Amino acid sequence: MPDAIRIHVNGESRGWRAGGTVAELLSELDIKAERVAVELNREILDRAAFAQRSVRDGDQIEILSFIGGGSGR
Amino acid sequence: MSDTLVIAGREFRSRLWVGTGKYKDFVETKRAIETSGADVVTVAVRRVNITDRSKDNLLDYIDPKKYTILPNTAGCYTVEDAVRYARLARAAGVSDLVKLEVIGDEKTLFPDTAGLIEAAKILVKEGFVVLPYTNDDPIVAKRLVDVGCPAVMPLAAPIGSGLGIRNPYNLKIIMETVKVPIVVDAGVGTASDAALAMEYGADAVLMNTAIAGAQDPIAMAEAMKYAVHAGRLAYKAGRIPRKLYATASSPIEGML
Repeated sequence: MPDAIRIHVNGESRGWRAGGTVAELLSELDIKAERVAVELNREILDRAAFAQRSVRDGDQIEILSFIGGGSGR
Repeated sequence: MSDTLVIAGREFRSRLWVGTGKYKDFVETKRAIETSGADVVTVAVRRVNITDRSKDNLLDYIDPKKYTILPNTAGCYTVEDAVRYARLARAAGVSDLVKLEVIGDEKTLFPDTAGLIEAAKILVKEGFVVLPYTNDDPIVAKRLVDVGCPAVMPLAAPIGSGLGIRNPYNLKIIMETVKVPIVVDAGVGTASDAALAMEYGADAVLMNTAIAGAQDPIAMAEAMKYAVHAGRLAYKAGRIPRKLYATASSPIEGML
């Protein structure tokens, strides 16, 4: 299936199919939804919205989670 | 006798809180934290590595059911960024707790206290339990409490410096000035620094580098556990006053 749209995930541009949801994108990237926060065009999504919100051409998506850290930097 | 620390209605068993950065791997992180006896662990919020999914997740090693996960806003130099990261942390996690950092300068990593107060105000209004990493400034501590922080976390010395408590008098003034728990955060180098902080009357000590950067992090984690405990006991026991001259411990009566 050809990539219909281009999206930016964590600063990297990638092709994807049109009409896919955030939940589908996470699953395709092998990321567990319950451990991440997702920003879609600077809007933080509720986890419940992952399955509802579809990703559009040009969208900026940030996927973040907890890593080791103390302070600073 | 129980000696639990209560902040915003949450009870903490341990008065030693630890960070999870700078360890060799997650196995060492887990062992150090277990050995330290800490029940609060700080974490940072960062982009997921989407190209290499083989990497383990920190939370596979640190069970959020067993520990209070305290996300920080480390690396944030503006109010906007700190607020954004705090919101992301809440979205990624399960609680409203945040260790708020607004860093003012790369070289010292001292907090931007004006930005800190502003960010704290915004986040408290949004229902966050804001634990601010702040300077050893009593007036700033008071302002942070005024905007709704249920505890303040003044530094002992710059983050990762290991210099120990550089201004014990300011810390004491902070403890007298605000009525909320004080968590001494950052700058501890070794066990005696942590013990001193607790002897001065701090309610807890938060550290990362002092343990993770030690030659034997697991052994240092154990040392810190006892140091914080000993310091707390000594504080509660009440130390003798300092005097310039000797006072004999043995009686004069009965001498020849």
